[in-house]
Amino acid sequence: MKPVVKSVENPITISVDDAQLTVEAGTTVAGALIAHGITAWRSTRKNERPRGLFCGIGACFDCLVSIDGQPNQRACMVRVCEGQQVDTETAKERP
Amino acid sequence: MSQKIHVAVIGAGPAGLAAAANALAHGAQVTCIDANDQPGGQYWRHRLEQPGRQPGVQPDSTGHHDWKTYLSLRAAFDAGIAAGTLAYLPNTQVWMAQQREDERITLQLTSATAAGTQAPASTLTADRLVVATGAYDRQIPIPGWDLPGVMTAGAVQALIKGQGVLAGQRIVLAGTGPFLLPVASNVAHAGGSVLAICESADLSGWLKNLKAPLAVPAKGIEGAEYIWDLLRHRIPYKRSTVITAIHGAEKVEAVSIARTDKTGAVIAGSEERIENVDCVGLGFGFTTQLELLTAFGVATHMDVDGSLVADVDEFQLTSGANVLAAGEVTGIGGAALAVAEGTVAGYRAALGSGQAPQQSEVAKELKTISRHRAFARAMHQAHQVPDYWSGNLEEDTVVCRCEEVTAGEIIQARDELKAVDARSIKSTTRAGMGWCQGRVCGYAASCLATCGDKHEAFAQSVANTYKRPVSIPVPLGEIADLEDSPKE
Amino acid sequence: MAQGSDVLIIGAGIIGSAIAYFAAKQGLGVTVLDSAGPASGTSSRCEGNILLSDKELGPELELSQYSLGVWKNDLAEFAQLWEFEAKGGLVVASKESSRASLDRLTTAQRSNGVTAEILDRSQLVDAEPHISPEALSAAYYPQDSQVQPMLAASWLLRLACDAGARFVPNARVTALHQEHGRITGVRSTAGFFAAGSVVNATGTWASNIAGMAEVAVPVNPRKGFVMVTEPLPPKIFHKVYAAEYVDNVGSSDAGLQSSPVVEGTPAGSILIGSSRERVGFDGSVNLEALKAMANNAINLFPFLRDVKILRHYHGFRPYCPDHLPVIGHDERAPGLWHAAGHEGAGIGLSVGTGKLLAQALAGMDTDMDLSPFAPHRFSNQPLVSKES
Repeated sequence: MKPVVKSVENPITISVDDAQLTVEAGTTVAGALIAHGITAWRSTRKNERPRGLFCGIGACFDCLVSIDGQPNQRACMVRVCEGQQVDTETAKERP
Repeated sequence: MSQKIHVAVIGAGPAGLAAAANALAHGAQVTCIDANDQPGGQYWRHRLEQPGRQPGVQPDSTGHHDWKTYLSLRAAFDAGIAAGTLAYLPNTQVWMAQQREDERITLQLTSATAAGTQAPASTLTADRLVVATGAYDRQIPIPGWDLPGVMTAGAVQALIKGQGVLAGQRIVLAGTGPFLLPVASNVAHAGGSVLAICESADLSGWLKNLKAPLAVPAKGIEGAEYIWDLLRHRIPYKRSTVITAIHGAEKVEAVSIARTDKTGAVIAGSEERIENVDCVGLGFGFTTQLELLTAFGVATHMDVDGSLVADVDEFQLTSGANVLAAGEVTGIGGAALAVAEGTVAGYRAALGSGQAPQQSEVAKELKTISRHRAFARAMHQAHQVPDYWSGNLEEDTVVCRCEEVTAGEIIQARDELKAVDARSIKSTTRAGMGWCQGRVCGYAASCLATCGDKHEAFAQSVANTYKRPVSIPVPLGEIADLEDSPKE
Repeated sequence: MAQGSDVLIIGAGIIGSAIAYFAAKQGLGVTVLDSAGPASGTSSRCEGNILLSDKELGPELELSQYSLGVWKNDLAEFAQLWEFEAKGGLVVASKESSRASLDRLTTAQRSNGVTAEILDRSQLVDAEPHISPEALSAAYYPQDSQVQPMLAASWLLRLACDAGARFVPNARVTALHQEHGRITGVRSTAGFFAAGSVVNATGTWASNIAGMAEVAVPVNPRKGFVMVTEPLPPKIFHKVYAAEYVDNVGSSDAGLQSSPVVEGTPAGSILIGSSRERVGFDGSVNLEALKAMANNAINLFPFLRDVKILRHYHGFRPYCPDHLPVIGHDERAPGLWHAAGHEGAGIGLSVGTGKLLAQALAGMDTDMDLSPFAPHRFSNQPLVSKES
C-alpha cells in the first residue's frame, strides 16, 4: 500500500499492529488510517473479505477494529491519541 | 417557583441544538445527549475543537453553509452549560427509551466509544423528550459495493469536514439527490478529483413543481454555488446515469456506469467504464434514524422518498405523550428545516403541562417549515430512489454487509420459503441481524422481499426493519448493573 | 362439498407446518391457512430447542424422545436445511445441594432412556473452558439438539407444499363452519374453505379458535425474552444452563422468573435466556427481566460481562395449566382437532406431534398413545351449535 504523504500539522504517534504511524491529532482512527492509504482493517467472518470505512458516522459498524485492547470499536468514532494501539483483524482474534 | 420542566434532547445537530437552545430560552432544564464528542451533528461536523480557541474559526468552518446559525445556536448552548441549565452528554448514546406509567421518559445511556469520557452506564428520566437523531445515507446494493474504498457519500463528506482527510484522490460519486453536489464541491476544494457525479434522476421532476424551490431562494443560491464549483473544477455531472458495478480485487479499482431511459431501465450499449478509481461515494437519499421513536410505538408514515418518518403535529409532538421529534426523523428536508422544527419542538417541550402552545410564539418557524416541507417534497419527487439496481444484482452480490447475505440467498428465501417481508427474510437468511441491525440493508431487503411493491406491503416491511429494541449495542455488564429503580 | 380438503390446518407455525408435511405424506389433501405468513408467531421468536434434559418424567418426555427420533430419522435428509445440530446440553451445578439433585435427576432420567452423564469440574472445564470458576459439576446430555426454528418451520411448509399441500397466507379465520353438529370448514378473510377435518395449530392463540366452537382449550401466553450478543469466535460449545432452570420450566408462578440458559450459535452470536412472565400479551420490555438474565449469564460465563448485546426479542410461549400440550380430536366439537400448547418445547415436539396427528387424521393407529394430551381433559362442556 502506497502511503499518501501529507503534511501533518500536529503529529502524534499511534501503533497499528506492529507499525508506528505519524498521524494528525484530532483525526479519528479511521481518518488516520485512510490518510495513510490504509483502506481496510478488518476481515469478514464468513468470506474473509477486507473491510474498512463505510458510513463514516457510526451507523453501519463496518469499520470495527480493536483499540487499546478494546475489541470491536467503531474506528470512525474514536479519536487518535498518543501511544494508541490499533489492532486489525479483531473479528477472528477476539479472546 | 414551580419546578422546571426537564427536557431531554437526543442529538446535537441542527434540530437538536435548536431544540435545546429554545427549550432553554423558555425556561426548561435541558439534557442534550449526543453520540459525537462535539456539537454539530453531520451537517455542522467540524474539526476537533482546541482548548482555548473559539469554536468556529478556520479550519472548523471550512466548507460549511449556515455557519452563522451554528455559532448562534452554539452560543446559546454554551451559555446553558455555563449557567447550569444545560447538561451536555457528548460521546453518549441511548440504547433504550421507555415511557413510564406516569408518562415521563426513561433513557438508558451508554458510552459511544470504549474510550468515552462519560460514566459507562446511567439512566436518565425526563419530563419531555425531543428526538433529533437525524439520518444517514440510504444505500442500495451494487455488485462490488463491499470493496474497501467504497463508502457512503456522507462518509466522504464527514472525513473532509471533520478531519480534513480526503477519502481518495480519484473519486466517483453516485446516487441521487442534491447532497452529491456539496460532497463533490468539498472534494474539489480539498484537492481531490471527482471523476464523475452519476445522478440517477433526469431532473425533469423539478420542472413539474417549480413553485416549491422558488419559495426557498437560499437553496437556489447554494445550488448555484455548487454548479459554479462543478464548472470550475470540470466535474462531469451525468444525469440519468447509474453505477452498475464496482470493480477491484482487494479494493476499488474501477467502476461501470450506464445511462438509463425514461422508465429507469439501463440503456443497452450505454455502459462506460471509469478506470483508476480509488474511492466511490454512494448516496441514494437518506434513511431516518428512527428506532428511538418506534420504541415508543409512535405513529409513523412512509414519506414521498420511501423513508419511514414520525407523524408530528404542528408543534412537533408525536402521537406519544411527551415525545417530540424534530429534523430528519420527521421527513428528510435539510438543515434549515431541521433548525425551524427544533426551535418549535424546544418551545413545545418547555411548556408546562397545563399550557396550550401558541402559534404566534413560533410563527416565523411555522412558515419556514411549511415552505421547506414543500421544497423537500419537490426534491423527493425529482430524486426518487431508482429501481434499476434489483435487476442489476449478481447472485453473489452482498445485500447485508454485516452478515454477508447475498442477493441470491434473499431471493431464494422469498421464492421458496415465502419470506415476503424483511422480517421473514431476516429470520430465514440473517439479513439485518448483524451489527447494524438492518440500518444499511433494511430498505433493499424490503424491496427484494416485496418484489418492488411501492405500497402497503413495502411500507409495512420497512417499518418492521426499524424495530430495534436495543438501539445501540450495549455491554451485558451494563444491563446487569442497571439500577433497580431509575433515579430522577 | 366444493373444493374441500381432507385436512385444513389453521396456523403455519412449526406445529401446523409439521402436521401439513406428515399429513401430505400420508396422501391426505391438505390446506394450510395463516393470518400472516410462515412462522410469523412464536416459531420465529424462540431458540429452536430440541431438549430431553429439561423434561419431567412422564408423557412429555416420552413425546420428546419420539419427536427427537423423527428429527433424526424421518427427516435426516433435510437436517442441513434447518441447521440441525446435536450440540448437547450441560446443566451446571454451582452448589453442593444442586450437585446432589443433579445426581438424583440423571439417575431417574437414565432409567427412562435419556442419555445423561455427570461431569466433574475438570471434565466440565474441558467441555466449556470459559465456565465460571464457581461451577462444581454438570450433567451432560449429548442428545440435546437444536434447529434454526424459522428455517425448520418454513422448510417443513415448503416440503409439505412439494408433497401436494396448499398454503394460503394472509387468511385470518373468522368463524368455524358447522353442519349437523360437525365442524366442516372455516370462514376466513380469504374466503370459505371446506374440509373433512379442521386442525387448530394456532399456538398461543389456540383458545380463540377453540372459542369459535365454544369449547375451552386453556392455552395462555407465557412471555420470555432472549438476548443476542455480538458475533464472536466460538467460546460456548453447548447449551449451558443452571440447575434451577429445570425447576422453573414446570413452574406456574405468575411473577418474573429468570434462570440462565446460554449457548453459542453457528453464526457466532451467543443466545442468552431465559425469563418467564405471565403477563398476557403485554409486549413491553421488562428491564428487570433483562437485568436478571444478564446477571445470571455473567455468573455462568464471567467473560460475557464485556460482550455487547445487539438485540433482544421476546415470544409468547403457549402453555396449558398442566404444562402438557393439547393434541388430538376434540370430542366436544366433532371435526375439530387441536395441536397447540407446547409451551417452550414446541420446536422440539413439533415433528413428533405432526407425525402422530397425521396418523390419527388418516384413521391409523398412532405410534404413541395421545390420550394424555386429549383436549377434553379440560372440561366436558359440549359443543353448542351456533349455526346450522
